[in-house]
Amino acid sequence: MTEPTNANDERDRTVTSRRHLLRSGAAVGGATLAGALADGLAGVSEARAQTDNLPPNVPEWMKAPGDPMGSQLYGTPSPFEKNVVKNIPKDLPQYISAAGRTPLQDLDGIITPNGLFYERHHGGVPTIDPAQHRLMLHGMVERPMIFTMEDIRRFPSESHIYFLECSGNLPYKKPYGKTASDLVGLLSCAEWTGVSLKLVLAEAGLKPEAKWIVAEGADAAALTRSIPIEKCLDDAMLVYSQNGERLRPQQGYPLRLLLPGFEGNMNVKWLRRLHVTAEPAYSREETSKYTDLMPDGSAREFTFYMEAKSIITRPSGGQRLTTRGFHEISGIAWSGHGKIRRVDVSVDGGKSWREAQLQEPVLTRALTRFRLPWHWDGEPTIIQSRAADETGYVQPTLTELLAVRGDNHFYHNNAICPWHIAEDGEVTNAANA
Amino acid sequence: MPPMHKVSITALAALLLTCPARAETPGPFGIGRVATPAEIAGWNIDIGRDGSGLPPGSGTVSHGRAVFEQQCAACHGDKGQGGVGDKLVGGQGTLATAKPVRTVGSYWPYAPTLFDYIRRAMPQNAPQSLSNDDVYAVSAYVLNLNGLLPADATLDAKSLAAIKMPNRDGFSGDPRPDVKNPACMSGC
Repeated sequence: MTEPTNANDERDRTVTSRRHLLRSGAAVGGATLAGALADGLAGVSEARAQTDNLPPNVPEWMKAPGDPMGSQLYGTPSPFEKNVVKNIPKDLPQYISAAGRTPLQDLDGIITPNGLFYERHHGGVPTIDPAQHRLMLHGMVERPMIFTMEDIRRFPSESHIYFLECSGNLPYKKPYGKTASDLVGLLSCAEWTGVSLKLVLAEAGLKPEAKWIVAEGADAAALTRSIPIEKCLDDAMLVYSQNGERLRPQQGYPLRLLLPGFEGNMNVKWLRRLHVTAEPAYSREETSKYTDLMPDGSAREFTFYMEAKSIITRPSGGQRLTTRGFHEISGIAWSGHGKIRRVDVSVDGGKSWREAQLQEPVLTRALTRFRLPWHWDGEPTIIQSRAADETGYVQPTLTELLAVRGDNHFYHNNAICPWHIAEDGEVTNAANA
Repeated sequence: MPPMHKVSITALAALLLTCPARAETPGPFGIGRVATPAEIAGWNIDIGRDGSGLPPGSGTVSHGRAVFEQQCAACHGDKGQGGVGDKLVGGQGTLATAKPVRTVGSYWPYAPTLFDYIRRAMPQNAPQSLSNDDVYAVSAYVLNLNGLLPADATLDAKSLAAIKMPNRDGFSGDPRPDVKNPACMSGC
């Protein structure tokens, strides 16, 4: 069995106990009750929980009706899952231009719940009334256009499952983080619904000299990135829904650009303007930021695609193997260049590798779940995964990356992430050793 | 009047009503409306790396110092040394060292980008609140702090576009895939 080492068992049991007390008519105010439970009753409830609800006893939740219909008009997870939240650093100098991570190690499958989707904002999260939002399309077009949200939704729609990953999603320098979320949590995957960008561009009519489109957000950063026209006429989308519901404000409500496989910040949120041009804008975000410094002091610019990458999420850093014997190794793989072709897993520190099973369907530019059955003999070891995509590209080691790029590169680190498993089952990031 | 005839008139009326709109937006779907030059002028704040799109106006280094102290220094430090906000000054000659310092002076390839970014996104608590003259002035002050503009200079569209940044030729395109893993399977 795999457990989070920091699982708050006592708190979880308190929730059960709270329900029990409420049902038994304890006339205590919510805050007081919570305080009392935290202070002294946790131990009592723990003892009770260990016996009262287990066989042969009938559990308390069968002895009275549960919450009535309509207790929650928008459903939220079980209170026992309250620790599964976004991973947001506590020591940032400011939180207006900042990032929050998806708790990858707590999730199954390939779809990220909307409330746990990673966030990166450059000027906070705006609150936009869709009735007052407009998309302007101008520049090297036959007819500059303005679209309302109603207009955008009139276009033929399509839905696709794609991952989205921040280009700064794994550091080149120590410390490398403790959990899978610390390492690569600026990564999520969703089903996106919207309109193919090329259909919208056809309404304005591109002029022959149109080579780039400068996209701008309606946030306080008016974030600006230049997109090559080939991508705009390929699989780029204007998206208004995510996993079936309208985009969350943190994801660009009411409208965002979606560029499958391209680094996250180019997928401009709160999209308000598309400026068709002959050359890139060379905006601050594509020159002074999101460029990759090389050891000789030169820098790479317009590094759009996120290369093949994978990570084992279970067992992973912060978890503990509580017993020897059978464990399923499970993780996620993805590539901005298309489908994942295979994932190899090593359980002996990289000396040998075995091909993992891929969960179908394997989708282009989406997360792919891989699994490998494993018998842990109780000896300390290192486990790791290595993805290859349909272009034949193989995920490199950090050592291989550093040899070419140096450690000032900052973005686009797609290195293999090894986990160390200690004799007591504790899982830690082997890269920090 | 027979019902069929009535329907035809309704259909014809609908067609006539939609025709003017389609004439204005003859795209395949006839969705959206044409943007006016005034609407585009109000929203288009893009400045090219060659200075294209820079508005009329100007600002001096000394006025820029005053605006900077009031609007920028709280986050970037009074001399652009950084704080909550990015360090804006110094770092020239450090890009190939173990601790590169990326600033306007050491890293930014094009000076007009400074105007573009300050106008669209700064100050962080009130973006797009500075006048064009004030944006020229702050740009002038930041360039002066980096030794790229004399203290008595006045900056306008022409002079801003004429500044050659030290790291202008420091960028190249994407050469990836640049790292190869031989994908060893056993005896590695």
